Amino acid sequence: MTQKTYVVQRGRDQGLPWKGARPRLEQLDVELTERCNNDCIHCCINRPANDAVARAGEMTTEQIRDLLRQAADLGCLQVRFTGGEPLLRHDFQELYIYARRLGLKVLLFTNACLITPGLADLFQRMPPLIEIEVTVYGMHRESYEAVTRIPGSFAQFQRGLNLLLERNVPFVVKWVVLPQNKHEMVEFEVWAGTIPAMTRPPSYVMSLDLRNRRDDEEKNVCIQSLRLTPHESLAILTRDVAEYKQSMEAFASRFMGPSGDRLFSCGVGCSLCIDAYGRAQPCMGLRASEWTVNLNPDLKSVREEDSFSSVSVPGMRPECAGLEDALSQFSRLYDLCTTNPEYLRRCARCFLKGLCEQCPAKSWTEHGTIDTPVAYLCETAHVQARYIGWLGKNEYGWEVMNWQERISVQHSIR
Amino acid sequence: MATQLSLDAVCACSENVVARTIEGEVVLIPLIAGIGDEEDELYTLNETGQAIWQKLDGKKTLKEVAVSLAEVFDGPASELEADVLGFASELTKRGILVAK
Ligand code: SF4
Ligand code: SF4
Repeated sequence: MTQKTYVVQRGRDQGLPWKGARPRLEQLDVELTERCNNDCIHCCINRPANDAVARAGEMTTEQIRDLLRQAADLGCLQVRFTGGEPLLRHDFQELYIYARRLGLKVLLFTNACLITPGLADLFQRMPPLIEIEVTVYGMHRESYEAVTRIPGSFAQFQRGLNLLLERNVPFVVKWVVLPQNKHEMVEFEVWAGTIPAMTRPPSYVMSLDLRNRRDDEEKNVCIQSLRLTPHESLAILTRDVAEYKQSMEAFASRFMGPSGDRLFSCGVGCSLCIDAYGRAQPCMGLRASEWTVNLNPDLKSVREEDSFSSVSVPGMRPECAGLEDALSQFSRLYDLCTTNPEYLRRCARCFLKGLCEQCPAKSWTEHGTIDTPVAYLCETAHVQARYIGWLGKNEYGWEVMNWQERISVQHSIR
Repeated sequence: MATQLSLDAVCACSENVVARTIEGEVVLIPLIAGIGDEEDELYTLNETGQAIWQKLDGKKTLKEVAVSLAEVFDGPASELEADVLGFASELTKRGILVAK
């Protein structure tokens, strides 16, 4: 049995090491808090940093440790800590070390403002094994703080990033495109290119979500006013036309096509998101109480209080015994079909599905149902499809029968 | 300079590495910086490596590990010993195993 090398190194681009069955849970998302040190004008989730009610309802350290243990037992290799701002939790370091000691990679989503020398030292000594993801709201104090609405936050953000840079802690940056900062995009890209771990172009948040909890009508009006128009999005995407068309060709052949009456075409049932209070959600955006299950015995179930969907899943229960139970409940969602005539007439037959971001979570955030087409996303997808040549001027994605021919390379690129 | 391992050595997983078995696959996850060549690297083992890993209990010498492998694998004792020694040397060099 002599062989020269016994160890296989698995860099992040080499994929996961499974030869046979994949682990039951591949990634766990934990929103450590909904509170944030910033107060961004476009934010879909945040509550004030000093919100005592929100804080009192958050999971305890031990509850989160228990979830992490359960996740590791289910074969999970990566936990994402997000928020709100996850670094606001006083026990963040403890939870981070605990996750790493369980053999989990930690993906941290942060605004970087609360990174301290001690925390940066910890990331250097005990690396998260995946780049920290930092969201950037502006390249200068004026634009940055016009978004975050917290005086001094730009200086905090710069200090946080410098602490990481000084210690060679790998991080990547992403940009939220807003009226307050869109004139700085080129400057952002040049700067992003100087960050050592930025081996790929930065990602952009271009379609802003409404309030994820449907909790603030006034703020929703503000978010809608900040959204790029479909043509503005297209202008950003097509700054390098050749690159755009090439990437869309590759994308179309892999991900586009009508999905029929089935609502979930994503990886629902393979990953889990836990909100700050201990409710398991099938994904980050789907917070409707009837689609979530409660893992926290201290938390009262809210399932009975509201019901606003035209579909229901047999066998879903409001309470669950743990992550494994939550996963098996959510795996039923995969077969969930809709009877909403509007959805069946349009989305079910539309080949732009995949290019279009329409999904149950987006539908719920916008309309309070999981199967209503979202006009903003629909229009954005159609503007792109017409630009590429997949659709004629007055055509709609659901009218096209020969869509495979349309998205073939010969037809689309001209 | 790294010392040569001998078959009398007893090796165990470094406390700087977390070893997990997921879906039958041993996955070695660095806990501190400097174990992998890159910051985000994990390790898995080939079939031989996995068989040897499962016999390492922090008590047996490498020679005893080779003897216990003879129950599972055919082949001359010298070949099994060479594999165990090669495996332990490779993982010790990478900081995944430590000689006790
Ligand atoms: S930093 Fe992030 S979580 Fe905080 S308010 Fe801004 S967008 Fe929301
Ligand atoms: S483009 Fe419109 S019709 Fe097509 S999937 Fe999206 S929302 Fe539905």
